This record gives sequence, C-alpha cells and structure tokens, in this order.
Amino acid sequence: MTEKPVQEEKRVFMTGNEVCAWAAAAAQAEIMYGYPITPQNEIMHYWTRLAPKYNRDFLQTEDELSAGFTTAGGIMAGKRAFTATSGPGNILMQEPFSMAEAMRLPTVAIIQQRGGPSTATVIYSQQEVTMTSLGGNGEGLRIVYSTATHQELFDYTIKAFNTAWKYRFPTFVLADGYQAKMRESLKMYDPEAKGIKMVSTEPYVGKEGVPGVDRDPGHFRNTYNVEEELYEVLEQYIEDYDKMAPEVAEYEEIGSQDADVVVISHGVVSRAAKGAVQELQKQGYKVGYFRPITIRPLPVNEIRDIANSAKKVMVVESANGQLDRLIKEKVYGCNAEMIPFFKPGVGITTEEVESRLKELF
Amino acid sequence: MTVQPAMPMSWRRETKPHKFCPGCGHGLVLKVLGQAVDELNIQDKMVFGCDIGCSLLAWDFFNVDSIQTHHGRTTPVITGMKRANPNLIGVAYMGDGGGYAIGSQHLVSAATRNEKITVILVNNTQYGMTGGQMAPTTLPGQKTETSPYGRDVSKTGNPTLGPEMVNAITGEGAYVARGTVSKVNKLKEYIKKALENQINGNGFSFVEVLSACPTNWRTNAEKTWKFLEEEMAEYFKVGEFKVPGSREEEGQSNG
Repeated sequence: MTEKPVQEEKRVFMTGNEVCAWAAAAAQAEIMYGYPITPQNEIMHYWTRLAPKYNRDFLQTEDELSAGFTTAGGIMAGKRAFTATSGPGNILMQEPFSMAEAMRLPTVAIIQQRGGPSTATVIYSQQEVTMTSLGGNGEGLRIVYSTATHQELFDYTIKAFNTAWKYRFPTFVLADGYQAKMRESLKMYDPEAKGIKMVSTEPYVGKEGVPGVDRDPGHFRNTYNVEEELYEVLEQYIEDYDKMAPEVAEYEEIGSQDADVVVISHGVVSRAAKGAVQELQKQGYKVGYFRPITIRPLPVNEIRDIANSAKKVMVVESANGQLDRLIKEKVYGCNAEMIPFFKPGVGITTEEVESRLKELF
Repeated sequence: MTVQPAMPMSWRRETKPHKFCPGCGHGLVLKVLGQAVDELNIQDKMVFGCDIGCSLLAWDFFNVDSIQTHHGRTTPVITGMKRANPNLIGVAYMGDGGGYAIGSQHLVSAATRNEKITVILVNNTQYGMTGGQMAPTTLPGQKTETSPYGRDVSKTGNPTLGPEMVNAITGEGAYVARGTVSKVNKLKEYIKKALENQINGNGFSFVEVLSACPTNWRTNAEKTWKFLEEEMAEYFKVGEFKVPGSREEEGQSNG
C-alpha cells in the first residue's frame, strides 16, 4: 500500500484550493473528474500532482456535464469519487446532480462560488446558495456544508465524503473565490489518526457473481412509468432525508440565545459578522451571532429559537437574499423582525456589519 | 407447459416480452448484443448503460448490471465507471438524438480520448420516444413532426454520418462500424468485435445500427423494410470503417 498523503499532524500555510486537494487525498478519495473553471482550477492542479504519488486517478472531461456524469459513473463503480466547479460550471452540473439525487449517489462536489448571474466575475460571491441547495428539477435532497476557514475546508471536505456515503445524498462543500485563492494557516491530519473512520464505499455495479444466476442484476434507473411509482420512491427519500437532517445539521453561535439582535450569516461572510458581534458585545450591545454550517439541511430548531427570542434578526450575505429565503422559510410564524443586509457578488467587512448593526439599536 | 422462445442466456426472462413497439429494431439489436454477451461470457463483467429516448426501455432488459442515465449522458457515465474500474465491460446504448445531438460532445470527446468503452448507437432517423421529430440523421426530404414538409437540407444541414466522423477522430486501437437490423448476422459480428476490442483493451469501439421505427415512420412492414434497406442504406453505408490490427492491410490497399 502506498503511504498516506498526510501522516503526522502538521501546520501548513496554503490556499483553499490546495487545502481541498490535500483533504480529498487524506479522505482516501480515489478519483477526481474535473473541468477547468476559475476559481476552482487549483484543486485540479494540486490533485493531479498528488494523485500519481498516492495511486489516485484523474480525468479531465470535455465539460461540466461530463465531469458530473463521470463522477456518477465512478461512484457507481464503487469509488470515492469527487469533482469541483463554480458558477456556470455549477449550472451544468445541476443535471448530473439531479440524477445523483434520483439514484441516491454519494457524489461529492466542491463549489468555489464566483459572481453571477452568467459569467459575471471569477472572483467571489455567495450567489450559488440557491442553486447548490435546491438546483435541479427536484426537491433539493442534498447536503451542503458552507465553510468559513481553511481549517473547515480541510475538515468538511473529509466529512463530506463520509456524510455522502453514509446517507447516500449528493454532498457539497460550498466555499468561494476568496477561500479558494487566499492563503491561511491550518492543521492537516490523517483522519484515521484522529479517530475519524472513513465510511466504506460499495459498488452499485460489478459486484461478485453472475447477475440473474448468483444474484439479482443491479438495475438502476431514474425514470418511472406512473406518478404513483415515483411518489412511492420520493416518499421514502424524503423520509430518509428528514430523519437524517437533525443528525447532520451543524452550526456555530456566540450569544445568540439572549440577544436583542442576532446576525445570521454563512461562509466567509460570517468572519465579518463574528468580528462585528464580538466587538459590539465588548461595547455592551446585546447582540448575537449565528451561522449555519449546513445551509441544507438547516439547523431548524436553533434558528426558530433565535427568531422567537430575539427582537431583530439581520441576515447578511454576498447575495441578494439567497440565504435569507432559506431562513425565512424556516422562521415562518416567529416574532423577530427580519432585517436584510445584502451585497450581491461583493465582499463584506467587519466594519460594515458593525455599523449596520449599531443602526438597529 | 408454456414453450419459451429461444432467448440469449443474458436476457432477463422476467421482463419479456420487451417494451418496444411492434416492428421496432431495438429488439433485434438487443438480441444480437445478448448473443454476443453469451458467447464472450461477460455477463458478470458487463455494465449496460442506456440513454433517454426509446433506449431507456432496455433498463431492465438483461440479467446484467444496468444504469439508465440522462439524454445524451450515457457515454460519460460509462466512461466514468470504466475509468474507476477498468475490469468492467462498459456498453453505452443510445439513439441517434442522444449520440449525435444532445450528447455529441461526449461522443466526440470519448472517441478522441480513445476511452475503452463500447458505444452502440441505434439510428432510426428520428426521435422515437418523443413522437417522431427531426433528428441529425433524418434523411433529406424525409417528413417528421418538426419537418412536416420534408427535411430541407439548405436550412437544417445534411444527415450526420456518425461512424465516418468517429473514424476520422479516433486513433489506433479503435473499432468503428455501421450495421443494420436487416442483416443481423453481420450486425452480431460487428457488435461482438466491438466488445472484444474493449475486452482486449485496444480502445474506443463504436457501432451504429440502422434500425426501423414503423410507428413514427407510419409505414407498414413492406414500406418499413424498403426504407431501411434502400433509402437509409443508400445514404448510410454499411460496413466496417476501422478495425484494430488491420493497419498493414489498409496500408496495402491504400498503396
């Protein structure tokens, strides 16, 4: 067996894309399928450098449709496969992700959000929240981790493989161009040395024995003849998803239970929100911070508690209310006034959040 | 006692009779594919991928692991699977719309990369499942639902010549042929060679099959056969375009 990519825990200083490649390697990912698009390219660049050293594989496809569908094929062959994309590439991948939802394929995709709509910027945004969470012609039976630091990029890329293979729903690590391109320090580790057991993979096709003789053939489909047939399948999927949701939902909070005003944010923007809240708390403001780490499924009970106890909830994001819509759906009937602070496709600073918060007192 | 008609061993009896229309060519293609699977003894290794369109009706046709994918996307699914586990024998089964229109970039790119998979593309000159629209393969002047006055090549171009294209873009090791359901023995030979080419790890294998769709052609048996044998075969030349290992032969005949 080839040696592990990360053996001893070590502190490193690297870009987020490099972190993702190392994390996938540490998570024993076996093959990546990808197509170039900024700002996720360096995930492929680092993966293609690591892969031959650790007996892993890579295929550069003709487009993101193909990258998504080859990932599905790799998974059906029983491999821990993944892909990465952004913006217009994420649009194309909604087709294969829709099939992954329909066939319960544990696809793992790292999304480095860029500006939208259309080609927009290659730099940064939080505008792929709706598409990543609810894209495709289905019900959004997906798991989306939104990371805020390079340490989380490492942790949650590893976790994404385990969540995907445990529950068999398409799983995403949602980051952005800032996280992709900036350098930051983090600790890399071998998951098993930390007691994180990688969930084992299993082939859908090509199992032992002759189909029809030793075993039933694996007949995998996403098409149904009648409404009731589809409904029965979806009822089971939705039941599985709802049962899973409280087990995978994660969040981070500071003083959100007894604050007058709570800021809700996700991803890299929550660094600004956290900084602003901590500063204002020092100054005596009754302000709290809440950040869903899973934006799908959301930690619903915690969010509803806040929306019932706080007077005001300010949702801050680099999009025109994409997280806000997901939150509002969950807080229907709660008491807090919802305050928007949206800057679509643009970064948000601590100072901006701080001054907006002060206006609410 | 019911008498069962002779079926390939790799067919799944529980799903017969199959779901295709009377007179459809798919049954014949899948019959010779089943026979080839039996003769090559690859039932345990083969993964059968089928597209959207009439080909999806084959999703439970064989006692073989099968994946029904999206329209045009069978080639990348089977490619991804084969890359992940080269011991499997991947067959991507599709129609002319799936292979030459919506999935043409996948066909071209898989062929160019010489993916070690087998693509079987059934050409019946129109979109069958959706009700008979014009396809890349619709013949000049042929009437379909979206070319009701006949295909006008000045506006819609000429029919796609798939094997000719695949032949032009594949390198050594590829196998390229066009068969027809009107000559099943020859068709079986081509499909078997296409599978053997993958088993031997040579490269991309592609067989286009001229097939019949009396439902959408609105033809009786006689006219169906005539269209397949005369009009289609006139435009789409049947035969082998590329056979691995016969390079010297080709060189001689060219010289």
